[in-house]
Amino acid sequence: MFGLGILSGLLIVPLCGAAFILTLNGEAKAVARNARWAALATTLVTFLLSLVAWNRFDATSPSFQLVESHAWLTDTIRFKLGVDGFSIPLILLTTFLMPFCIGASWNAIETRVKEYFVAFLVLETTMIGVFQALDLVLFYLFFEAGLIPMFLIIGIWGGKRRIYASFKFFLYTLLGSVLMLLAIMAMYWQAGTTDIPTLLQTRFPAQMQTWLWLAFFASFAVKMPMWPVHTWLPDAHVEAPTAGSVILAGILLKMGGYGFIRVSLPMLPDASHAFAPLVFALSIVAIIFTSLTAMMQTDIKKLIAYSSVAHMGFVTLGLFTLNEQGIQGALFLMISHGIVSGALFLGVGVVYDRMHTREIAAYGGLVKRMPLYAVAMMVFTMANVGLPGTSGFVGEFLAMMGAFKANPTVAFFSVFGIILSAGYALWLYARVIYGKLEKPDLQGILDLDTREKLILAPLVVLTIYYGVHPAPILDVFAPSTEALMTGIKAALSNTQTAAAALPLAR
Amino acid sequence: MYHAIVFFPLIGALIAGLFGRFLGSRPCEYVTTACLAFAALLSWGVFLEGDHAVRVQVANWFSAGDLTVDWAFRIDTLTKVMLVVVTTVSTLVHLYSIGYMEEDPHRPRFFAYLSLFTFAMLMLVTADNLVQMFFGWEGVGLASYLLIGFWYEKPSANAAAMKAFIVNRVGDFGFSLGIFLVFVLFGSVAFDGIFPRVNELKDAHFHFLGHDWHALTLACLLLFMGAMGKSAQFLLHTWLPDAMEGPTPVSALIHAATMVTAGVFMVARLSPLFELAPDALVVVTVIGGITAFFAATVGLVQNDIKRVIAYSTCSQLGYMFVALGVGAYSAGVFHLFTHAFFKALLFLGAGSVIHAMHHEQDMRNMGNLRRYIPFTTAMMAIGTLALIGFPYTAGYYSKDAIIEAAYASTRPGHTLAFLATVIAAFFTSFYSWRLFFLTFEGPARWAAHDHHDDHAVSHSAHAHEADGAPGHTEGVAHDAHGSDAEPAHRSDLVADDHGHGHGHGELKPHESPLVMTIPLAVLAFGALFAGLIFKDRFIGEGMDAFWGHALAHGPDNHIMHDIHHVPALVSAAPFIMLVAGFVLAFVMYIRRPKLPAALAAQQPVLYRFLLNKWYFDELYDRIFVRPAKDFGLFLWKQVDGKAIDGAGPDGIAARVVDVTRGVVRLQTGYVYHYAFVMLIGVAALISWYMMTGLPKPVGH
Repeated sequence: MFGLGILSGLLIVPLCGAAFILTLNGEAKAVARNARWAALATTLVTFLLSLVAWNRFDATSPSFQLVESHAWLTDTIRFKLGVDGFSIPLILLTTFLMPFCIGASWNAIETRVKEYFVAFLVLETTMIGVFQALDLVLFYLFFEAGLIPMFLIIGIWGGKRRIYASFKFFLYTLLGSVLMLLAIMAMYWQAGTTDIPTLLQTRFPAQMQTWLWLAFFASFAVKMPMWPVHTWLPDAHVEAPTAGSVILAGILLKMGGYGFIRVSLPMLPDASHAFAPLVFALSIVAIIFTSLTAMMQTDIKKLIAYSSVAHMGFVTLGLFTLNEQGIQGALFLMISHGIVSGALFLGVGVVYDRMHTREIAAYGGLVKRMPLYAVAMMVFTMANVGLPGTSGFVGEFLAMMGAFKANPTVAFFSVFGIILSAGYALWLYARVIYGKLEKPDLQGILDLDTREKLILAPLVVLTIYYGVHPAPILDVFAPSTEALMTGIKAALSNTQTAAAALPLAR
Repeated sequence: MYHAIVFFPLIGALIAGLFGRFLGSRPCEYVTTACLAFAALLSWGVFLEGDHAVRVQVANWFSAGDLTVDWAFRIDTLTKVMLVVVTTVSTLVHLYSIGYMEEDPHRPRFFAYLSLFTFAMLMLVTADNLVQMFFGWEGVGLASYLLIGFWYEKPSANAAAMKAFIVNRVGDFGFSLGIFLVFVLFGSVAFDGIFPRVNELKDAHFHFLGHDWHALTLACLLLFMGAMGKSAQFLLHTWLPDAMEGPTPVSALIHAATMVTAGVFMVARLSPLFELAPDALVVVTVIGGITAFFAATVGLVQNDIKRVIAYSTCSQLGYMFVALGVGAYSAGVFHLFTHAFFKALLFLGAGSVIHAMHHEQDMRNMGNLRRYIPFTTAMMAIGTLALIGFPYTAGYYSKDAIIEAAYASTRPGHTLAFLATVIAAFFTSFYSWRLFFLTFEGPARWAAHDHHDDHAVSHSAHAHEADGAPGHTEGVAHDAHGSDAEPAHRSDLVADDHGHGHGHGELKPHESPLVMTIPLAVLAFGALFAGLIFKDRFIGEGMDAFWGHALAHGPDNHIMHDIHHVPALVSAAPFIMLVAGFVLAFVMYIRRPKLPAALAAQQPVLYRFLLNKWYFDELYDRIFVRPAKDFGLFLWKQVDGKAIDGAGPDGIAARVVDVTRGVVRLQTGYVYHYAFVMLIGVAALISWYMMTGLPKPVGH
């Protein structure tokens, strides 16, 4: 169709939906209703399209597939798209979560409905774009452009302190993105192209790798977010509307991890190896400190946000172990966390829509009136805790196992995370769901309605399914991970001397 | 067939859990119980049929790099023993619960949890690799959490459930690291990949936390930490007594007969590893000995009937670990087997007493129940006899073997273990008879007693008061339990442990229905005869043929042979202790009932020390829980709030606000700024490109 492949289609369909919604006119109520249905239909079509892409994808090959290359800025900076084992699961996660976000916004958004859904659909395009881009400039463009709709979503449809939150979001990401841009320019100057497959074959001098790595790190670490540049996340989560939180936790946080696996690890292996101790240290601090911080939160969303930071600590830990278990575990944890944290935020949204408060102290004893809700939240809580049999376990376990292989001391500290996660997650559950239903305004609270059941049920099923049978996703990562490992090993053995000469190596 | 044994309970759990609200309570009870009974029948079939060991592959779970984890069953004698124990006790507990939980409105949920637990436990004991074992391990932890917190309206139950899960997680901390280390050493987590290679690695070393360790010792110590958590061994025992907040059938199934023995099972399963890590076995011996002694001392003074039995369980698990530690694996597993019968019997008997007393658990408010519930009394008597190891009952064979093994061993720590187990045997006899006398003999303290209407406090929380010294309360009850002081008398309240605060005027203890007494009778049969029937196979002549290769014994390990050659005094020691304990209890609680209170008054420090369980809860609260909370608060408010935000975004933001003051619609203003910055970046890139023309490739 017009010389465009299926990957372009994934970018265009949400934009078409957005354009259609923009044309809606007439009575406000009708517009809102049509906008909702149009957005839902668009996201569902996008999801189906991504399933087609998944079907055409050969999971046994590590190479880029479904590649499209269109003329763009110049001959060397092209509009090039493609997917491999690292990116296609993330694309599926994105397209999968979007309909849930639309569903969660169904009644919760009452003002500027049209614009809201437009923002979400544009956001979807940019997110998919990040995972498909095979050109660093294109990657950068999508990476940064996605922040604008997110910024609007928090700033316009957010809570009371939305201005402050979007402010913080802006400042943090600004710093990172400028440095990343500089790094991309430097790479272009060095390699003569921003074509990712070509750059993957390019060997950058060790000295240059250090600076490039740090520049990319600034951007990805903020996005991840890693300690100590994580403080924007709790505020952003708290103020964002439910669907915004879902996307933020489910997809946007994964862009940092994706950046590491797409750029830092394969293109800058020497620097990645040299800086691994730094990443380990920050990861451990993130896991332990933010878990403790999470325990003391009084706001449900903030607690889950802090727990996300802790889980992302496992992701960075796993990625920089530079072994199969660690990397595949980290990647699987990204997918699992996308489902589980998204589900947790949707769950919080359910009670927020009823009570309009996120204070833990305002709840208690919900199981009495909301048994189905309690069951769903139990499953997600246990996945958050990393109970075997839920998807949360596989990734965390593999990441820690990889860490143990790479550095047992690091693994030792990271395992404290499993104690602390049990602490904050169960305590939250006990305070919100268990106990006596005593608060007067909770007496009439209703259990899940059909819409909410439709939203939460698939997530419950997937959480357990991927816990028992993670192979459909985990095995997709394997060929790409293997190729990455081969590349890194070759690079490291070639540059033993260069690596030792790095100023920051030890 | 093995699939059926393991998955039938899961099917039952799913039916009761998913469709319980449509089916109603009764069908759920029948379905789950029938599923379990079927699994139990098959298990006995498997157990009796023979000795061959098989591996049954179910599916692949996950693989990454050189790590492969399967869902698979490893069926050997050890597994079969556990299958029999788990399914039998579970079936009886299901049956018993039909009667015990009759007034509870949430029975489908209860039975779903029970069956779910059984499934997880079966996955644990059939595991063919460490990760699947960990799945079962955490799965039973989840079920235990759900069941302890079953009466979710009780704050004390919620606190106990959380405590159980989190303390177990502390053990899992070690278990996880142990799995990682085993994988790094052996390149496999499957038992078939580990055991044949242990000899290659017996001298390997591993550098961990700045110390060069003997690799297998380190692995075993880490794995044993998991066992300590699950089996409530000294230092990680604090959750087990609190777990008594759960319904009594749960205590019988999970916290006496099956789940808490998972640690014992694990060490026995990994005996090929432990045999080559003698230092780790010394730790197992010592921890087991200390636990046996420590828990027995605390059991001496508790007033809650369930708590006495809980500490007894803790103590008996210590015995099992002593056996494992000195290399007498088969004796340890044998005690696990017999203990399951008599401890489940004791718990279900206690449940029957509690049922009869309308949910009274404090023994100080019982007495003289023998006349009202003679059948339960008889069953409890049998359980008590088996527990204290009265000759020819089940406990006699297994416990004496352990004490003799502790004596006969030549490994370091065995003397301590021997003394601890012998003294604990005396304490066991004393507290068992104390329980029996307080409950069934003496005057009826429930009838004439004008006791505190809010007795729920004293039993639901910790029974802090002394024998006959009421008002002697320690001011250290946990916060979470403090709110328990207000007994719940809401009409819609579930029939929980303190739902029956009223109605003491017409209280008349009654015998339990048949559905509850039949399981008692079956267990009593086991408690009496399981030792006699099975001793030859487990620890006697037929031992080698029975166990096959399920348990490892090193070439120098002759412990099961040596126990036949201990001095007569050692063989007689348990019996002497048994008699002494009985006599002392008889004197103190039948002959001179004033004596306990006088003793307590005379030794207040010791008494309070024991009553408060050596102050472990308070200690842990001080050194772990509170500092963690304070530190969390500090990290949130000071580090995140002041240091990071203050120096970073807020500081800069304050400057930015100065610059951008005047922008009316802030949010859109920043979007423009943001897009502007990004566009400048792209523009800079392009203009730079334009100026320099085609870039020259560098580097290759």
